[in-house]
Amino acid sequence: MIMLPEIGHYFLILAMLFALALAILPMLGYWQRNAILLAAAKPLTYVMMALTCASFLILAIAFARDDFSILYVSQNSNSLLPIWYKVSAVWGGHEGSLLLWITILTLWASLVAYKSETLPNSTGPVVLSVLGVVATGFLAFILFTSSPFIRLLPDQPVDGVDLNPLLQDIGLIIHPPMLYMGYVGFSVAFAFAIAALITGNLNASWARWARPWTNVSWAFLTLGIALGSWWAYYELGWGGWWFWDPVENASLMPWLAGTALIHSLAVTEKRGVFKSWTVLLAIFTFSLSLLGTFLVRSGVLTSVHAFASDPTRGVFILALLVIIIGSSLFLYALRASQVKSQVSFGLTGRESWLLINNILLTILTLTVLLGTLYPLIFDAFDLGKISVGAPYFNAVFSPIALLLIVFMGIAPLAKWHSTKGALLWRMAWLPALLAVTLSALVFTFHTFDAYLWLSFAIALWLVLMCVRDWLDKVLSARQSLWQRARKLPRHYYGMQLAHMGVAVSLIGVIFVSMNSTETIVRMAPGDRVTLGSYEFEFLGTRHVEGPNYTADTGVINVYQDGVVIAQMLPQKRLYKARQQMMTEAALNPGFTRDLYISLGEPLANGAWGVRIYIKSFVRWIWLGGLLMMAGGLLAAWDKRYRRKIGA
Amino acid sequence: MHPVRKKRMITIAVILVILAAAIGLVMYALSQNINLFYSPTQIAQGEAPHNVTIRAGGMVVEGSVERHSETLDVAFSVTDYQHNVRIQYTGILPDLFREGQGIVAQGKLNENGVLIASEVLAKHDEEYMPPEVTDALEKAKAQ
Repeated sequence: MIMLPEIGHYFLILAMLFALALAILPMLGYWQRNAILLAAAKPLTYVMMALTCASFLILAIAFARDDFSILYVSQNSNSLLPIWYKVSAVWGGHEGSLLLWITILTLWASLVAYKSETLPNSTGPVVLSVLGVVATGFLAFILFTSSPFIRLLPDQPVDGVDLNPLLQDIGLIIHPPMLYMGYVGFSVAFAFAIAALITGNLNASWARWARPWTNVSWAFLTLGIALGSWWAYYELGWGGWWFWDPVENASLMPWLAGTALIHSLAVTEKRGVFKSWTVLLAIFTFSLSLLGTFLVRSGVLTSVHAFASDPTRGVFILALLVIIIGSSLFLYALRASQVKSQVSFGLTGRESWLLINNILLTILTLTVLLGTLYPLIFDAFDLGKISVGAPYFNAVFSPIALLLIVFMGIAPLAKWHSTKGALLWRMAWLPALLAVTLSALVFTFHTFDAYLWLSFAIALWLVLMCVRDWLDKVLSARQSLWQRARKLPRHYYGMQLAHMGVAVSLIGVIFVSMNSTETIVRMAPGDRVTLGSYEFEFLGTRHVEGPNYTADTGVINVYQDGVVIAQMLPQKRLYKARQQMMTEAALNPGFTRDLYISLGEPLANGAWGVRIYIKSFVRWIWLGGLLMMAGGLLAAWDKRYRRKIGA
Repeated sequence: MHPVRKKRMITIAVILVILAAAIGLVMYALSQNINLFYSPTQIAQGEAPHNVTIRAGGMVVEGSVERHSETLDVAFSVTDYQHNVRIQYTGILPDLFREGQGIVAQGKLNENGVLIASEVLAKHDEEYMPPEVTDALEKAKAQ
């Protein structure tokens, strides 16, 4: 048992060798038309996956057994840490989260290998081989710069430094795996695109294979981002749900590009147009995932999420980034010129609406990219150190996103090739009128703000257009509504669900910014403060002992119409191992509002600085994320992806 | 004009218009929302503008933190070991704010050279040091 970490390290080295073999042999087999080498791809993938998973498991065991002779374990765990946090501490630091990254990559690769019977004979191995290249790079990165198995012998510490208290939370147990499932999942679409370039098989079939994989990755990424936002909301103690922080942007960019990819894959598969653009987009989406990994792991940008980091690692990832992106674009430049779209489309066809979708999503991605990298550009030209504030992103992102959502209402009911203006008018006039009126009605109860009114009208427009489209499809004289509704394919419902999710999130965002109130006050025991229709009474604090922390718990009674509706217990914790203070906010969640209280600092005479927020409809933001995720999964589950396709 | 070419022209024109609008929006928003970082030495030498939102940072001077006992006002000094800057803030400081640690604050300089901070940046990890602060310390040391 004592040798386990060494075995884990050894497994990683072996995994890298297998990944290298996977990167080379099937590719050679493809050029030389050697069936044996091609057939090696599958077993190589499985072995690589088994070795990586075993290595991951060994690290998890080391955490569970408190093996503080391992540097990484001693820095990220502590004997007092509850067991579930010990296990999630595996990805609590740099080394382990990279190991999680590569483990998920090999799992995706194995899934591709398992499902590859439906692919033509040479495509599957080439796809796996491309994934092998990526895996080799990242395994080398782990082994050369950030092995989690480095020992601290013979001066083994008695106890660990502890997991960063911010990460001791349920949100952080599931957030990184979900996010990485998404990030890394885009490598599959990327591998399909590269394989299509290599084999020259750039007809619509590659798009069909890539679609379900892209949908599923996108769904995971959506969930990961929503979880991250939710975690930041309650854990950072200031009630914001999005900060335009470089690390958040790093996950948003692949999401935006991935959203564009989903739509352009649909057009490429169904109509055979946008072929080379879709390939390029698949390359970009994965490149942005890699860029995100680089930004998060190199610490080049000042971020509220920034963790201590090591510049040599940044250089290594940057090199990896340049090699992967550079060689893909080079290959693209060589091959993409051969692609010709056979089908033309009209200016009013659904193709055009989806083209607008792609243009707007690409612009959104670029504006976020620019805002995120601008400080680096500024610094590189020695113009000084700057930061780009959240107002930049709000000013640029929201109008473009709203425009995109306007088109989201129209595109699903447009017809391929060309759409008659009369049809659009017939379908759209009522939803448009209703949206504008209903939104105006809502604002008669509230101070009027033209921009928020327009935003809300756009959210309603999207909902109404989704419903309108569905009604148009199910209403019929001959069949019952239920019969027809059941006949609609899953991918249609997936799309509707995801689009509804966008509307729900948008409504959440609008109400949070419009209707939320907050106050930061000094409260002594017995003090009362009124906020909105609620009254908050501070009863004082009491001392609490946690498993690995001590805390002052504030006791606050919440009154509505003179009746106590809740007692809220915000905490100020001191984590013993790191001597680190942590604010644990108290939440009283609700469908239409959250009450949110966090403790600041102790002041004189038992008084505390207290922040109280009422957040309107804030849950809707994440609820929308869940709907989007469900939509993505439902669409990927469509029957037609499970048929065998010849090529 | 050939219909295919005409359609292509329209497509490109639409893309260009949207792109131009987006670029305009980006340029405008960037010009409004960039915050330059100034080290304590730069501020002491009068390089930093007054009444413009800037960022300043350094190590929090030991014993410099003064809290008002009745309000949420707090003041402290940051240093690059050559010069100090006084920072005032009203509100709740982040959990990881401590004397002797590197921090970055965003706000406006008043006439007395005191930074009235609207935000004191939190961070997630006690070993983490904002890159601007590291840079400012190195520059101050080199002088």
